[in-house]
Amino acid sequence: MQNPMNAFPSPASTPRAWQPRIVAFFCNWCTYTAADLAGVSRLKYASNVRVIRLMCSGRVDPQFIVEALVKGADGVLIGGCHPGDCHYVEGNYKMLRRFRLLGRLLKDMGLEPERVRLEWISAAEGEKVKRVVNDLTEQVRKLGPLNLPQKAADWDKELAELQAQVEAAEAEPARA
Amino acid sequence: MAKPKVAFYWCASCGGCEETVVDLAEDILGVVEQVDIVLWPVAMDFKYKDLEALADQSITATLLNGAIRSTEQEEMARLLRRKSQVLIAYGSCAVSGGIPGLANQFALEQILSFNYEQAPTLVNESKTRPQLKFKDNGREVSLPALHQVVRSLDQVVDVDYYVPGCPPTPKITHAALGALLAGNLPPKGSVLAPDVALCDECPRKQSRPADLSFSQFKRPHQLLADPELCFLAQGVVCLGPATRSGCGSQCASGNMPCTGCFGPTSRVRDQGLKLLSALSADVASKEESEIDRVLDGIPDPVGTFHRYGLAKSLLRRKVNLPAANGAKAGL
Repeated sequence: MQNPMNAFPSPASTPRAWQPRIVAFFCNWCTYTAADLAGVSRLKYASNVRVIRLMCSGRVDPQFIVEALVKGADGVLIGGCHPGDCHYVEGNYKMLRRFRLLGRLLKDMGLEPERVRLEWISAAEGEKVKRVVNDLTEQVRKLGPLNLPQKAADWDKELAELQAQVEAAEAEPARA
Repeated sequence: MAKPKVAFYWCASCGGCEETVVDLAEDILGVVEQVDIVLWPVAMDFKYKDLEALADQSITATLLNGAIRSTEQEEMARLLRRKSQVLIAYGSCAVSGGIPGLANQFALEQILSFNYEQAPTLVNESKTRPQLKFKDNGREVSLPALHQVVRSLDQVVDVDYYVPGCPPTPKITHAALGALLAGNLPPKGSVLAPDVALCDECPRKQSRPADLSFSQFKRPHQLLADPELCFLAQGVVCLGPATRSGCGSQCASGNMPCTGCFGPTSRVRDQGLKLLSALSADVASKEESEIDRVLDGIPDPVGTFHRYGLAKSLLRRKVNLPAANGAKAGL
């Protein structure tokens, strides 16, 4: 199966044409249905989101959000049912609480909290999907590329440097 | 038949892991009888040259503790990897960066500037810092450089087994050495500790409520903790639910909550995020401002949830820090 991340425009190959890459986690009952409605209604919105359907926003593990960013997403959108409307009664509240603390942790780790957004979008709000996706895409565009994979590769250059030094030192007595 | 060769080495660590080896007490004599120790800087006088002279793969097992922070530590990790058949990351720092890994929240320059110039306990008017190279009487002496990033051992070299803990307990150390000497080791990459959460062996397990609900988080110094009741039921952040067992619940037995030193179980990638998820979801309120008020009871989420595992967490390091020191190379 093709990795959905590969479907993104690659920033490395086209540095000038960078486009925000946003991973969206939508709950099956409200926001995903709303995205469906937006599609059926032929609403046009930014093509920068890749939607992953989950049964509930309460299923969004903070690990999913951070992993998306670490693997190259510039932003993450989580869509759930409005308060009181959760199909599983409490899932969206669990997400809200996780989101509030995760936002603080991400800020402490040097990430702009605006890259990660939680929105309540009911099944009837196709228009809101359009508005939120466009808005977040613009916001992330203003923040610029996050590109954590490249950052991690840059951090690890210091290992390659030492390796080269050690190899050069080991080669030296052989030459002498 | 020659005895198997064993090496102990330390990198960025406090020495507590070495203490555990000594804490094997009389059991250590049994180990020493069965092996030849070829390197143990904390206790015995070997030179690095002795180690370099050994044939590759001639050490049966190396137990390395401490995170990898300096060029010297990295070089030794690579050397020991080459000389050893089995390399064991011993203790939280080698396994996942440990306490030194928390330095990944700061640029190296910030750390050096604080420690050599700004710390209130410091007198250093000339703002002298350690120099990488220094000439004295015609001799040039050198110091290892510090890396920008603190790393776990397996972020630098291939690691065969992990013995977690800050420090690992004598019991799991003994079990690991026993398995090693008996040639009875599990598949490569295994963590040599039980693969269930600490709650499973916690003496307070029975008092854990089925439905947790937090209306306030308390830090250990803010209450007189009930010695029998589950810490989570008392509103105290306890990392037990997201932490591997095997320590014998020493902290809970000492009336202190778990801080997570055994790392996650094999089913969890990022221990800190998993516990953040579990605890915050159980805040009682549904109102954003009240949720924030309750969560403010956890003033330092990174230090609380990633205390021993920041270097090995998904993010690894504060993301807006420089990759290199620019003009101020090295120290």
